[in-house]
Amino acid sequence: MTNIKLKRGYNINLQGEAEQKILNLPLPEKIAIKPTDFTGIKPKLCVEVGDKVKIGTPLFFSKEDERIKFVSTVSGKVEEVVRGERRVIQAVIVKSDGKNDYEKIKIPSKELTKHDVIEILLKSGLFPCFIQRPFAKVASPDDTPRDIFISTMDTAPLAADWNFIIKGQEDSFQTGLNVIKKLTSGKAHLVIDGKRKDISEAFSKANGVEIHKVSGPHPAGNVGIHIHHIAPIRNRNDIVWTCSVQSVILIGRLFESGRLFPEITVAVAGSYAKNKNYYRTILGASAYSCHCSDDMSMDAYRPDHSKVRYISGNVLTGREIDFDGYIGFYDNLITIIPERENWEFLGWLMPGFRKTSFHRTFVSKLFRSKFKFVQTTAMSGGNRPFIITGDFERVLPMDLYPVILMKNIITKDIEKMEGLGIYELAEEDVALCEYIDPSKNEFQKILREGMELIEKEG
Amino acid sequence: MGSFDNMKKHFEKGGKLEKLYPLYEMFESMFFVTDKRTITGAHIRDHFDIKRLMFFVIIAGLPALIFGMYNAGYQYYLSQGLTPGSQFSVFDCFLQGAYLVIPLIIICYAVGGFWEILFAVVRKEEVNEGLFVTGFLVPLIVPPTIPWWQLAVAITFGVVIGKEVFGGTGMNVFNPALVTRAFLFFAYPASISGNGVWIFSDKTIVDSFTSATPLAVAMDVSSGNIIDVLAAKGYSWWNMFTGLIPGSIGETSTLLILLGGIFLIITGVASWRIIVSVFVGGFIMSSILNIAAPSSSSFMALPFSYHMVMGGFAFGAVFMATDPVSGTATNVGKYFYGFFIGLLAILIRVLNPAYPEGMMLAILFMNAFAPLIDHIIVSRNIRRRMKRAAN
Repeated sequence: MTNIKLKRGYNINLQGEAEQKILNLPLPEKIAIKPTDFTGIKPKLCVEVGDKVKIGTPLFFSKEDERIKFVSTVSGKVEEVVRGERRVIQAVIVKSDGKNDYEKIKIPSKELTKHDVIEILLKSGLFPCFIQRPFAKVASPDDTPRDIFISTMDTAPLAADWNFIIKGQEDSFQTGLNVIKKLTSGKAHLVIDGKRKDISEAFSKANGVEIHKVSGPHPAGNVGIHIHHIAPIRNRNDIVWTCSVQSVILIGRLFESGRLFPEITVAVAGSYAKNKNYYRTILGASAYSCHCSDDMSMDAYRPDHSKVRYISGNVLTGREIDFDGYIGFYDNLITIIPERENWEFLGWLMPGFRKTSFHRTFVSKLFRSKFKFVQTTAMSGGNRPFIITGDFERVLPMDLYPVILMKNIITKDIEKMEGLGIYELAEEDVALCEYIDPSKNEFQKILREGMELIEKEG
Repeated sequence: MGSFDNMKKHFEKGGKLEKLYPLYEMFESMFFVTDKRTITGAHIRDHFDIKRLMFFVIIAGLPALIFGMYNAGYQYYLSQGLTPGSQFSVFDCFLQGAYLVIPLIIICYAVGGFWEILFAVVRKEEVNEGLFVTGFLVPLIVPPTIPWWQLAVAITFGVVIGKEVFGGTGMNVFNPALVTRAFLFFAYPASISGNGVWIFSDKTIVDSFTSATPLAVAMDVSSGNIIDVLAAKGYSWWNMFTGLIPGSIGETSTLLILLGGIFLIITGVASWRIIVSVFVGGFIMSSILNIAAPSSSSFMALPFSYHMVMGGFAFGAVFMATDPVSGTATNVGKYFYGFFIGLLAILIRVLNPAYPEGMMLAILFMNAFAPLIDHIIVSRNIRRRMKRAAN
């Protein structure tokens, strides 16, 4: 057990945290599984519109590895296959019939081997829960990861609190851990917040895993930071898997019940969210059922899209969805914030009482610790070359130079990218750099381009 | 906002003035923070942007500029043989100073702006804010007597050769304001060095009045204690610290420059690592020279406290060395970068009488070495990682 205290990082104080109250939602009318959620996966459909599916019936699989399947989380009929540019599949939408038909998965009663576990996970559709480093993409069932990392602390703005979500699901979580630790040749690492007192015993007293304490501002909760400090990735073949607390619970339930039990808990947060609570729903559910108050019809509720932004995930790394869009596979948070609307006269030279900033050029910095800010989707400035130096390292608690890495990605210098630590990073780790950059450069996008390049050619 | 919307259509794709869109964008974003929204990546962004960054540098420099204006007028009246208070007032000084300095600012912004916009239009990019600061700093580091046409040629060189040929703000190797000054120094040395340029005066100069800068005086001391000689010429430490002395417009008042420096450090706009290291480097070099000084009249005997308040040392440390683009990018590198600037500035200043203003050359020299310093530090980081990879 290690105790790591991180100083570098930055918490963006945003208004609209979810209240710790769980509401059960009725079964959603529709769900969608979105291939775009799965990095590195090229989907191949195995159903057609109109096909009847059960909970756990594959909808599509990976072209590169047909064993990796993506399954329906309701029973019903395939309603639509949404395609984007060049007919790339964006989402497979299934309309629920309200029934509870599911595909049975046989769990052998003997002691499970790694092989058994992988087979069951692949069959159930839960295998994509594992994300590998390097490249931050869906793991491959042929790999044996050196270690597995699970973070129980999400430090992102307005993030859902795992210590709250875990309540009542402690046993499933432990079952999940017992299964997962069989997959690695090394250890399963569970990271808990070193500062908090009210940590669930499911985490602090978890069996069979290595428990670590980490504390500090965001991104201290990111697995990438944990891996860097506990057991860093050495090269492109040094594979570590990561998975979320939610995934562990799902896996645990799968092995307890012999079927996919796709119930998840989602927090709704953000300054424009009306009902800021936690909701029990299912994987892939329409976000609309979470954030809409029940006394309104959908059309009455339909907001002006130019005024409100719905994000599946957090404000730094999440994806924009329609108000009746679907929650992402890996997400446990819907953030609702105002869109940028107004022009602001001479905004760049105002003292900035109500503007939050990492930098010290705003008056708000003086009372920052007490105030929760509303922030819109404003760019607040034009795109410029990299100009400032030294600040990016202050929000990335790793031994690494983010801007120099970015510049080497732009110039496609593969050797330098490796040396500068591209294997250790995922988009979420550099999201804060993107946030604080006055030149408004797209760190996450550049990083992904670098990872794609190096995977292809490195 | 209405009038901007009406105009916008002419500048957008298909409009009559489509090519001039960068120009329109510049004015639009100058007055309004645009309503641009995040599309990819993080959905929210920090309110801080490059405009604000540059603006804060200007706020920090304003006291030095305003004082510089006053001082230009003050020195002018002194050179006319008038007594302050009775024969000319503070207001007179400001008036005369503004008459001298404001045209220089206008020239820098107009000529530099022309090039900046031309390159933006040709490249189809937004107009960069870099000139905002360059055009402000250049008038501060030239004497008030600088011929206008020479300034125009120099700022052209500074903006085009110093910056735009590298790809614009953010890509340049050298600090454009210093490139401008270096150009003046090598192309028109008579306008920026020697004893006659630091005070603007009409033809009727009082014979007894000398306008040699402290650096020129210090260089020429033949006997006696150098500090006493300086004081005898009116250059006591306090005078030079507060700044009522001849010199480049914004460089004379160390007090106000340091105030600006403190402001930049508090707001996090300039790196304290660089500023502090420059002073440390200067202190160490002048201490070494002090020990080696043959006599108390030698320039080498001058203590650091005097070096600090003479010439462009403080101004360079606060406003020039801290340019993030031409300096080092790594925090560790900043210590070395600043340290060597201070070291070299004093070394050049004292031991090379041909270049009394060592600060400018020291910074330009270290600008050239900044990538090397970063390279060494980043290589260490890469080696650490490679070592781990081998295990």
